[in-house]
Amino acid sequence: MFYRETGQFKTSYAADQQIFPIRQDRIGIVLLLAFAFLALPLFASNYWFNAILIPFLIFALAALGLNILTGYAGQLSLGSAAFMAVGAYAAYNFQVRVDGMPVLLSFILAGMTAAGVGILFGLPSLRIKGFYLAVATLAAQFFIVWCLTKFPYLSNNSSSGVISVPNVEILGFKFDTPQSRYLLVLTIVSVLALLAKNMVRSTTGRAWMAVRDMDVAAEVIGIRLMRTKLLAFAVSSFYCGVAGALYAFCYLGSVEPDGFSLDLSFKILFMIIVGGVGSILGSFLGAAFILLLPIFLDIALPALSELLGLPFGSATVSHIQLMIFGALIMFFLIVEPHGLARLWQIGKEKLRLWPFPH
Amino acid sequence: MIKKFKQIAIATSVAAACFSAALPSAYAAEEQFFMLPSYRVGPYGANGQSFYGGFIDYLTYVNMKGGMNGVQNAWEECETEYNTAKGVECYERLKSKAKAFPGPIHTMSTGISYALVDKTAADKLPLAMQGYGLTSAVDGSVFPWAFPLVTTYQMQASAIIKFLKDKNGGSLAGKKIVFLYHDSAYGKEPILALEAEGRLNKYELVQIPVAHPGNEQGAQWQRIRQEKPDYVIMWGWGVMNMTAIKTAQKMGFPRDRMIGSWWAGSEEDVIPAGDAAKGYMSATWNVAGKGVPLIADIEKTVYGAGKGNMKDTSKLGTILYNRGVSAAVLSVEALLTAQAKYGKGKAMNAEQVRWGLENLNITEARLKELGATGLLPDVKTSCSNHEGSGKVKMQQWDGSKWTPLTDWIEGNKTLIHPLFQADAAKYAKEKGITPRDCSKEK
Repeated sequence: MFYRETGQFKTSYAADQQIFPIRQDRIGIVLLLAFAFLALPLFASNYWFNAILIPFLIFALAALGLNILTGYAGQLSLGSAAFMAVGAYAAYNFQVRVDGMPVLLSFILAGMTAAGVGILFGLPSLRIKGFYLAVATLAAQFFIVWCLTKFPYLSNNSSSGVISVPNVEILGFKFDTPQSRYLLVLTIVSVLALLAKNMVRSTTGRAWMAVRDMDVAAEVIGIRLMRTKLLAFAVSSFYCGVAGALYAFCYLGSVEPDGFSLDLSFKILFMIIVGGVGSILGSFLGAAFILLLPIFLDIALPALSELLGLPFGSATVSHIQLMIFGALIMFFLIVEPHGLARLWQIGKEKLRLWPFPH
Repeated sequence: MIKKFKQIAIATSVAAACFSAALPSAYAAEEQFFMLPSYRVGPYGANGQSFYGGFIDYLTYVNMKGGMNGVQNAWEECETEYNTAKGVECYERLKSKAKAFPGPIHTMSTGISYALVDKTAADKLPLAMQGYGLTSAVDGSVFPWAFPLVTTYQMQASAIIKFLKDKNGGSLAGKKIVFLYHDSAYGKEPILALEAEGRLNKYELVQIPVAHPGNEQGAQWQRIRQEKPDYVIMWGWGVMNMTAIKTAQKMGFPRDRMIGSWWAGSEEDVIPAGDAAKGYMSATWNVAGKGVPLIADIEKTVYGAGKGNMKDTSKLGTILYNRGVSAAVLSVEALLTAQAKYGKGKAMNAEQVRWGLENLNITEARLKELGATGLLPDVKTSCSNHEGSGKVKMQQWDGSKWTPLTDWIEGNKTLIHPLFQADAAKYAKEKGITPRDCSKEK
């Protein structure tokens, strides 16, 4: 009833090819952005900024990066956390070693550094595929963490290897409140998400998808495999690198190499699997699911067990939380193997017919 | 379809209700609130259970004895799984509850406490780190809100060297010492101290890192065999410890020349290694066992009333349990110190608790009063010294229990503390902090 495109005629190619061809979607996204940029900073509490919104956006960005590589270009990677680490440490080094370096520039340079490292570890993808490639990227994961621990230069000779980042300041404005940091992260993530959305709709994105679906066929129709695959690695690592820099500068404030462990890579991989492989929206939905559900369960379960008078200790609650979380992941994967993004799509299809299902 | 929407609507509103129910409500006055970002599941869950069990048991014990001049302790746990991001989330969640009358925050995780050092300073909440965390916070002029109480890795390393020196007739010249460490922030921290001690005592230091988790150390011990060191000092954690002890046995290195840090000296580290662990030594800042009157009294009072936190009561009196109790003792003493200045029988606010932590003076007499003689060393903090003690004991595993070998040994403060100050100054410069003038603090 509300979601119907009847009467919306497209009279030009441009109108047909825009990101959101349906008017309701356009209104929806503007409302969403207005909500995120205007309403949330006014109403959300510090807890929401520091513990929920900022990490959600940062992990969504990392998941977006991995989704470009795995979802669009079909190259399985287990090194996302390592590329985040490269971004975090690179941004830190640019900030500490170059006097007067603008923060935003150091974020971009951090992304570029991560892209360079990504290309390096993407080279094996020219020869190997699938699970074997995953193992090759696993090497990146271990090598980079080892490297950051091994060479004190990279952590500015900190005796413990932990880096503590300087404050974020752009053009004299100090980003020291949670609101301002949230807005900074939101702006960066929005811009990068828009870029990604456009990238996957362009020649580049179509080349990635062609390689993903069948690389021999892609080569036959004239797509240069090496360039396409390495570009996917570079772009993906760039996104992960920027996410890592934000993780260090706008979220935790201090990071150590061990924090970027294989666990984190898996977490990001689960985000895109649950959210939707090969979907920009899926990256956000997946990040929300993997990040927020445990917090929600953590808050809801003790309250619930108290309400029902169940004699659960805090250890038991933690165990139950893990079990429910695991069960929910399985449930979603069985019900909708293509992820939450697909669920959303189905929902939209149904909404178009509603209230007349037949 | 409508039905489904209705279901979803109900589900979300229930969820929203739960969320808002968990949001801060007005807290009962005159209660001291401890936020406990604890961990009871995950790879280090067993350690967390003992530590936080001991911590909570002591708070319960104090409450049952009438509280701190009548002020009761309250607390809330939040599971971190030893994960920094989760720890930060817990901190943010519980922060508003702790705002009015906070107890010191204990994370028992170096990673989480590092991340919280800046946040607690900004929020003005006291952070305690007993035997872990950011060691340069010893310099309270740069870190007014962070307290690495009792002792630090660097002072511990220095105390171990002193112990070895005494054992060798006062000189370590020409000796060779291998430093076998967990390749992480934790393992790397003592290196500067050991190097400084090496220049002073003229021993040769060989550093051998072990990658996390350290369940395969063949190469490292092969190297140790070639180096033929006089001693091995080990900074291990978790599974690395028992592997090292077992590998040492296989390679024929005598265990009574191996000395672990206090995270390599709990029952969990030696029992799995079986016979191989006999003779192995470690440093500790709190003793094990129920021989301490306080621990026995907690068992009698708290567990007698069925209010104990530990499910597995056989863990009472283990190193980590007693460490939890010791940490709680320090926090409660800090609150009492604050009360003595700002009004007995009142709950203390953050600034007052901070003052209490900074002016702790737990003497041997006070420890005796608490029934905690020998459980932990005497502690006296000040603005320029947030550590307050720097003393450890050496203990040896006899195959069934830890026996203390020495009295409290103090590390070389004149050598080590300047290292902290240099590090703190660097930190202040990077972060743009202006250190306070400690001579003006009262």
